[in-house]
Amino acid sequence: MSKPKKEADVRFGKFGTVSFTTLTKVNDFIDHLENGKVMATHCKTCNTTFFPPRADCCHCLSSDMTWQEVSGNGKLVTYSRLKFAPMGFDGDLPYCIALLDYGDYRVFGRLDSALDDSEIRIGMPMTTVANRLPNGQLNYVFKKA
Amino acid sequence: MWDRVILFASYPGSIRELVFEGFREAVTDAGVTAKDIDASVVCSAPEYDKQRSPSGILAEYLGLNPQPTFYVETLCSSSSTGLKLAYSLVASGLHDVVAVMGFQKMSEISSAESQERMGRGADIQWESPFGTMMPAYYAMYAQAHMEKYGTRLEDLAAIRVKSATYGQINDRAVYRKPVTAEMFADPADIMAGPVASPLRVGDCCANADGSSCIIVASEEKARLFCKKPIWILGFGTASASVNLTGRDLFTGLRAAEQAAAAAYKMAGVGPGDIDVAEVHDCFTIAEMMAYENLGFAKPGEAKDLIQSRETYREGSIPVNVDGGLLSKGHPIGATGGSQIRTIVLQLRGEAGAMQVKEPEIGLVHNIGGVGIYGNVTILCNQ
Ligand SMILES: [Zn+2]
Repeated sequence: MSKPKKEADVRFGKFGTVSFTTLTKVNDFIDHLENGKVMATHCKTCNTTFFPPRADCCHCLSSDMTWQEVSGNGKLVTYSRLKFAPMGFDGDLPYCIALLDYGDYRVFGRLDSALDDSEIRIGMPMTTVANRLPNGQLNYVFKKA
Repeated sequence: MWDRVILFASYPGSIRELVFEGFREAVTDAGVTAKDIDASVVCSAPEYDKQRSPSGILAEYLGLNPQPTFYVETLCSSSSTGLKLAYSLVASGLHDVVAVMGFQKMSEISSAESQERMGRGADIQWESPFGTMMPAYYAMYAQAHMEKYGTRLEDLAAIRVKSATYGQINDRAVYRKPVTAEMFADPADIMAGPVASPLRVGDCCANADGSSCIIVASEEKARLFCKKPIWILGFGTASASVNLTGRDLFTGLRAAEQAAAAAYKMAGVGPGDIDVAEVHDCFTIAEMMAYENLGFAKPGEAKDLIQSRETYREGSIPVNVDGGLLSKGHPIGATGGSQIRTIVLQLRGEAGAMQVKEPEIGLVHNIGGVGIYGNVTILCNQ
């Protein structure tokens, strides 16, 4: 009798318009995203918070991590509005990629597509919000705080 | 050290044939044969190639078997990194003469496909799924620089206007037409077309096919073979977080700053000693930041340096007087070698119409990815 084959955990394939990664130890990020939460990881041994989430701590070499929600406001560090897109992203145009600074960590992502250029100011407070894309994929966007 | 570079908008041949052209020019100039070369370093960004492990096939095609051959990759700075490896091989005494060959054949894939591949030179797990590409990352730096220092779109355009001044007189450049500030100011002009705000078409370099070859030798062998050897004074190399979340500076490139500091220290010179420089101008903002990261201008003052024309051929610090990547095109793996070639020709007094007046010390600044890999090399002619 052959054992039933264990299905591969490919949840990360749902991240972003096009995901280039399927297998990762931080796949639970996707479940949290499905539940409307954007999570960082926190090293229980040395208390460092990581975004993007990582399974392993490069400071103390521990892999004992816990999930921690990205909450509160970050400051908009910089952004760019794309008029051309790489292959597979044309349907999203135009869109803005951006970086928020939360003090302890930074978050790279997209600005909310509803934001008008005139509303965007470097330094403005923003929040990171889970988002479902038209093609059913998941990501997160930055909204005005 | 001697070198040659070949650039084509679209090369009508295979990778081995493209690399052969640069190699033939370099060994002919150096007065060496394949037998004199006791190791080779091959440099490219592999995502463009169908050929896996290109150093093997190139060593075979160039007659460099059975000597060892190595493959080096740091995206757009691959051949500067290859040069440092070759220097280390010679300085360690393991080898006497090493050929550094950079190449890229980009024309077989579409521009969108190429942007997607270059975009994957970022963090593919956490950044690429948002639809990233190189111009947009550099655009984020431009946005931050403009916000903090009041750098204007006109200042960025001035970089491209300078580049085109020299692109027109460089017969190896891919883009050889004049570019004016008025073209950037006219929304109907192709130069002003938006790519990733605030960068426009004219702020970006074009893809190109190309190959470059540098022959690195011990002092003894260099004096034996070459009439006008150029000497390596210093190297600086540094790396930075790929994901922008790991960075603390968005108005300049930390890896470039650190590489410059290390290169100046090793060479025992400072920014004021540099007579001519080649900087990595994949985008106009990249050249602006290079002025500041290399110490040619204080942070925020790069715009004044370009507006006062100090980086033109007759200025106090001539930069990219071969037209830079903005005019020559940017064949990723060949680019560093192409920059080295320009400085070698300048220091030998063989740069023709582009010649700066009697330079003695030259600098090459070559960046891999969006500031992931910083490479600064300082050369001299005596
Ligand atoms: Zn830790």
